[in-house]
Amino acid sequence: MKLTIRNLSIYRQDSLIVQNLSTQIPSGSLTTIIGPSGSGKSTLLLSLNRLIPSQGEIFLGKTDINTIEITSLRRRIGMVFQRPALFSGTVSENLSYGPSLINEALSITEQQQLLTNVGLDISFLDRNASTLSEGQQQRLSLARTLANKPEILLLDEPTAPLDPHAALKIEELITTLQKIYNMTVLWITHDLNQAKRVSDNTLLLVGGKLIEEGPNIFSTPKDPITSLFIKGELEEY
Amino acid sequence: MDWYHLILSASFVFIAIILSHRQGLGLEKDLLIASLRAFFQLAAIGYILKAIFALEDWPYIIFLLLIMVYIAAYNASGKLNRYIPKKQSIGIAGIAISLALAVSLILLVSLTIIPFTAQYVIPISGMVIGNAMTAVGLTFNRLQGDLKANRLLILASLSLGANPAQASALAVKTSIKAGLIPTIDALKIVGIVQLPGMMTGMIIAGADPLEAVKYQIMIMFVLAGAVAIASMFAALIGHRLFFNEEYQLLDY
Repeated sequence: MKLTIRNLSIYRQDSLIVQNLSTQIPSGSLTTIIGPSGSGKSTLLLSLNRLIPSQGEIFLGKTDINTIEITSLRRRIGMVFQRPALFSGTVSENLSYGPSLINEALSITEQQQLLTNVGLDISFLDRNASTLSEGQQQRLSLARTLANKPEILLLDEPTAPLDPHAALKIEELITTLQKIYNMTVLWITHDLNQAKRVSDNTLLLVGGKLIEEGPNIFSTPKDPITSLFIKGELEEY
Repeated sequence: MDWYHLILSASFVFIAIILSHRQGLGLEKDLLIASLRAFFQLAAIGYILKAIFALEDWPYIIFLLLIMVYIAAYNASGKLNRYIPKKQSIGIAGIAISLALAVSLILLVSLTIIPFTAQYVIPISGMVIGNAMTAVGLTFNRLQGDLKANRLLILASLSLGANPAQASALAVKTSIKAGLIPTIDALKIVGIVQLPGMMTGMIIAGADPLEAVKYQIMIMFVLAGAVAIASMFAALIGHRLFFNEEYQLLDY
């Protein structure tokens, strides 16, 4: 198992957001996380690379993540947010940010390779990142995370702000990249068709609780809440 | 000036109170309390200074300065969100203000610009502490605002392996500027738009205007240095207030 989560609970400003969640994520798998707004999906993801405090146990392979030096853990578990969150500066500066934090230089060839892998033209390197379209920015944000060569990629609705065409392109890109980089991917999406298309495994969170998980929760839901959610009859919880 | 005339000058506060009431600003109570506080605080410090000037003993001077620094530090960190650790923020503000004060006094005394006597040290320290307090307060507020407004960028930076200093580098820079700008602006307009309180006070009390100007210029140079030291320390060390030991940006 790549990730093992045991009895995870997360409080934010005194409210319990995730309750006693336990699950296992197989190595090299693509797991989607679905659920109504406010169900704790983003909070769960943020806790996996210790961007927020949590209670319970999380193991990366066989190692408790609390025993891994925090900055190296975050390099191993990369994250892409719903918005691109690019730094002011050029495409090249954004790509080099992660490696520069540990005084490593990213060669021009490596930068060009990253751009090619995310489907951006190599001529973009010297362009100001803010001049890219939102879809291009999201690709750059992916490439910036990949520059750290993460083992696990956490995706917080990366296609949500995009138009359907751009979203589909990013979706295809992520599934391709997963294979190129041999990563374990956890992907929050509110698009159930997208979840059906891409996932090996799906987790349904409602009200901070893991309601159901498995490869077949769309075809053969076991929990009545899952059925309601899939039918679109459970929006807010 | 006698006390009778001083009390008459309170009519200016009543003008402000009436204006506030007519405009529905709701500041009447604040204005009244603030004015009463200013009156009693200044009256008290007047008597204390009179007593201390008479003593001319350096432990008393230091003791008074420490109290002033503590109150200033408490005030400078007063506007921080309740989720930001209070004691640490007062501590950092206190060190920033003390550092600014210590450097200013050591330079002024060692360069024989002023003697180490209560008559010089206390008023100059008061100005340094007051300005450093405002600078630290502005720096903290800007830091708090910028880190909150750019939360996603900070999270992205941390998620790529940055430590708090790396993740908040930009916010630190802008908050130092925020702390310094009022002092730089004051240097630019002094003598043209505004005649500073100290200088005006000296002239009214009968000093030669040129002598008053010399002191004012000295003070403004000292304040520029002191405010820079206080702001930089407050931002460079203070950014850690917004992160915990786990390099997590606090939820505030």
